[in-house]
Amino acid sequence: MSMPFYVAPEQVMKDRADYARKGIARGRSLAAVVYDDGILLCAENPSRTLRKVSEIYDRIGFAGVGKYNEFDQLRIAGVRHADLKGFSFSREDVDARGLANQYAQILGQIFTHEIKPMEVEILVAEVGAERAGDQLFHILYDGTVVDETGFTVLGGEADAIADRLEGAWGDDLDLRSALQAAVDSLAGPDRQLDASDLEVAVLRRSDSRRAFHRIEGSELDALMG
Amino acid sequence: MSLPLFTPGEDPGPDFAELLRRIDYLPPVPEVKVDDRVPITHGTTVVAIRYRDGVVMAGDRRATAGNFISHRELEKVFPADRHSGVAIAGAAGPAMEMVRLFQLQLEHYEKVEGQSLSLEGKANQLGQMVRNHLPVAMQGLAVVPLFAGYDTGRDHGRLFEYDVTGGRYEESDFASAGSGSLHAGTVVKLGYSEGMERGDAIDLILKALFEAADEDSATGGPDLVRGIYPLIATITAEGFERIEEGEIAERFRALIAELSTEEARGGERA
Repeated sequence: MSMPFYVAPEQVMKDRADYARKGIARGRSLAAVVYDDGILLCAENPSRTLRKVSEIYDRIGFAGVGKYNEFDQLRIAGVRHADLKGFSFSREDVDARGLANQYAQILGQIFTHEIKPMEVEILVAEVGAERAGDQLFHILYDGTVVDETGFTVLGGEADAIADRLEGAWGDDLDLRSALQAAVDSLAGPDRQLDASDLEVAVLRRSDSRRAFHRIEGSELDALMG
Repeated sequence: MSLPLFTPGEDPGPDFAELLRRIDYLPPVPEVKVDDRVPITHGTTVVAIRYRDGVVMAGDRRATAGNFISHRELEKVFPADRHSGVAIAGAAGPAMEMVRLFQLQLEHYEKVEGQSLSLEGKANQLGQMVRNHLPVAMQGLAVVPLFAGYDTGRDHGRLFEYDVTGGRYEESDFASAGSGSLHAGTVVKLGYSEGMERGDAIDLILKALFEAADEDSATGGPDLVRGIYPLIATITAEGFERIEEGEIAERFRALIAELSTEEARGGERA
């Protein structure tokens, strides 16, 4: 009988993390920025149909980078979780923190127990009634949850983009300047991104019930012009 | 509540009702006739009319349990989504639960699929819900909804009636359901004309509900003492919009003044 090779647990985890990171780095990045009337979600995404940014519930949005089928599966599970929770309790009992914890559990479980980790990074954003209530939960491929304030960047070049966004971000941005900051940071010094390269949505604080709203076509052109 | 994840073969897709079945969340079907044992709260008359800009939907506010009035301010007309509405008659408990599930079903589909169902698709979904409810209806808890919406693809209002078996019947001009529906329907039938203005359609629907309340004890008329009036909504290209109570009260006063004058002149009313 042959003995299996011994591999140190540190090595197993490192290999899995490297694998996941490589997969995520292959795709384009996205940024979430808090502005005066809500949260802007801006992704570099040339596709008009395969979405990276979408609606989960009244005040909650979702964004994912990495492998499309994997984060889309998580997105749908999130919509189901939120709708079930709202149906069995009430709409106001659905919150981003609970959902982020569920995602973290699943991603952590898959990272340690399955052969292949999920090659995704996701964001659960909730717009509050007041600015202090805004929440950004950034969840990594291994289930790590980071509670961010102000802005966050997901994807392969997250650090470089976040550095640029740090410089451009301020407490008092309106939608136009928040979008400008996000687009410039995603593009970097050597590139130019126009409306057709972007997928843009907002969670609007002032909307009555469903805060999620896509900004496309002429509305996006007007904001970028 | 854990994250609902399914293998590809088990996945319920964008269907929320199917998701509830997968996780065994649906209520049990009663094994005996429920209304023999306890009085069941019933909602009564709802009406919808197609007019120039879309559809107007209305319902009285009364709920009865046996010969008692159990609620005076029940709401029976609800938005289903941005461009459609649903009104209910029948056993109030299951009916309101059906509306809640239907609203969520449409929103769930829209979120999962990234686009909303066609108006036809929504009408069929409601038909399936009524059909699935048939075993419960047979135990005395029948629910009969009306569905109306603005078809953004065809640019006009559309109306759908249902029966307890889930049969779906599209009506071209007006639709009604509930205990007073016969009287209300007759009034609408006599007063209806193609391409009515908004104000005329609202006045006609108010008159229909007034006459239904006049003939049917389970239908509530305008309650001038408490200031309770029927609930009316319009559904147009701009979406579902509830008409303000002030406007309804004013139109009702005009209607009552008109009817009183006719009565004083000794004119026979229909």
